[in-house]
Amino acid sequence: MQPPLVDITGLTVDFDTGARIVRVLHGVDLAVGAGEAVGLVGESGCGKSVTWLAALGLLGSRARIGGQVSLRGRNLVGAPTSALESVRGRHIAMIFQDPSSSLNPVHRVGRQLAEALRLHRDMDADAAMVEARRLLDRVGIADAPRRLDAYPHELSGGMNQRVMIAMALAGQPEMLVADEPTTALDATIQAQILELLQEIRRDTQMALVLISHDLGVVAENTDRVCVMYAGRVIEDAPIATIFGAPAHPYTQGLLAALPDLEGPRRRLTTIQGVVPEAWNLPPGCSFAPRCDRADAACAAAVPPSLALAADHRAACIKAVPQPAPAAGRA
Amino acid sequence: MTTPLLQAAELTRHYSVRSGAWPFGRTATLRAVDGVSFTLPAGRTLGLVGESGCGKSTTAKLVLGLVPPTRGEVRVMGETLPPAGTARWRALRRSIQMVFQDPLGALDRRVPVGDQITEPLIIHRIGTPAQRRDKAVATMAAVGLKLDHFDRYPHELSGGQRQRIVLARALVLEPKLIVCDEPISALDVSIQAQVVNLLVDLQAQLGIAYLFISHDLRMIRQVSHEVAVMYLGRIVEQGEPDSLLAQPAHPYTQALISAIPTASTRTRRGRIILKGDPPNPIDLPSGCAFHTRCAFAVARCRTETPALRVMADGRRVACHLADTNSPRAVA
Repeated sequence: MQPPLVDITGLTVDFDTGARIVRVLHGVDLAVGAGEAVGLVGESGCGKSVTWLAALGLLGSRARIGGQVSLRGRNLVGAPTSALESVRGRHIAMIFQDPSSSLNPVHRVGRQLAEALRLHRDMDADAAMVEARRLLDRVGIADAPRRLDAYPHELSGGMNQRVMIAMALAGQPEMLVADEPTTALDATIQAQILELLQEIRRDTQMALVLISHDLGVVAENTDRVCVMYAGRVIEDAPIATIFGAPAHPYTQGLLAALPDLEGPRRRLTTIQGVVPEAWNLPPGCSFAPRCDRADAACAAAVPPSLALAADHRAACIKAVPQPAPAAGRA
Repeated sequence: MTTPLLQAAELTRHYSVRSGAWPFGRTATLRAVDGVSFTLPAGRTLGLVGESGCGKSTTAKLVLGLVPPTRGEVRVMGETLPPAGTARWRALRRSIQMVFQDPLGALDRRVPVGDQITEPLIIHRIGTPAQRRDKAVATMAAVGLKLDHFDRYPHELSGGQRQRIVLARALVLEPKLIVCDEPISALDVSIQAQVVNLLVDLQAQLGIAYLFISHDLRMIRQVSHEVAVMYLGRIVEQGEPDSLLAQPAHPYTQALISAIPTASTRTRRGRIILKGDPPNPIDLPSGCAFHTRCAFAVARCRTETPALRVMADGRRVACHLADTNSPRAVA
């Protein structure tokens, strides 16, 4: 088997808030193979974005990062800024939820694209403009020559996200981390952007990490899902397994909480309680206080990630694969 | 026939906006809501779905009387909603309450939770202080808040609990209608389910009607007895949720439903990818506003605005081709 493109092992992040040090990632293990599409799901604050911001050294000086992030065998944790700069955009590109705040509002989009091309591909100004036009065409922006002269506020949210994708493609990365790329967009525009990402992956064999709170978006666009809860990966399995026979009670709960689109209406199954605060995690399994199956053993120790099948891991001592409720399948 | 709780008749709200920089721009009309009519009986839920800018929230504000209609009217229990600020409007507003998307924005951060829930009773001069407190405590219990939340501040509570406070504040006046504008969009999936179940339970116990506005068709189906799909200020399709979702008749509804991502491991549905963005609302295309993105558009769609027509199954559809272009199964 080929070694993964990116291998994250035991990644921890502590934030120094001044008053105390809060651990937000508790040893995340995650591997992404070349060309693979992996989904990362979880509720707000579970650490899905922080994982990749930490991996790329984008968290700033208040964060202390431990563990290993290896890109083709090269460790990125603690690497000097110059080394990280050669990775960001060139090997791993990242796009975010709100495209208009990722773009510089006072520069034309063509100039911003050309800047990325000069930086990553050493192009001169003329070549960069030609390539920028090609990239805008590539991401489906009609009338690319004219749009190069547009400012971000002159474009719609969907178009700005296309510009961000074009900019991510500028460095010809091996992997794109898309952090809630369509959350701020309308349903019909979301469908356009996801279709574009699929098409680009087919053409370039680029790996994709899709961070989303929307299980449907992840199901349709990735091969494998990692479910995160309170700073840990609690289940990792292929799409069909996660949605067909999830094993972790949290994953089962998330699927049961989604309403169906067809069939008889059923009362939504809720997960009792709320996500614990990062500085006040319960002992042992952090999901135990909300879990129907929890007993004393769950609170005694943090459950290790157990292999249920060759490609299915769950961090639960009571993990039982169960058919998902209708919700996940409707 | 009994008078319905809420009626909107040809409800229209236009805004004058200036396009271009002062003093050169010209004044244009933004048709936020353009001739919307619906009826909501007591104890039922009407779901209003559509994308940003389609006029769902403006419709909510019109129903509450927060903005005056340019044309048309809102009738509550048969009575035309009087202008905001009048004594009669205040009296009627006791029966029409609201819940918006962002609970922290709807609550006063410096006032304890219990006081905020009691305040509507003070405004409407209901009961003695002791009775108000009892009523507030009972309402908090009804929405699943504990007594010890009474003296806490909004920032001390979670997002789901804050939305319960907003709901309790709406419920304390025993309204007949609650306008819910994206009430769960800011909440996490597991918390959304809690709040939706609560809304459904309260309707069963208290017979409240909801005007439930959301962009999430799954949630709309879960709570609604009827669904209206809006596009650029107009209702393009309206009907019973199951048949509308299973066999949408309007091409826009078809695209909207096909765009819902599903976790299905079975065969995926054919996705309709619409071309382009919705048109600029101050410069709407002639005829059917959807024709610029519609795969079925014919010459007539460019010139003639389709009216809502009643189909054989009782559904209302605003499309010239709704008869010929038979409902398409996308489920």
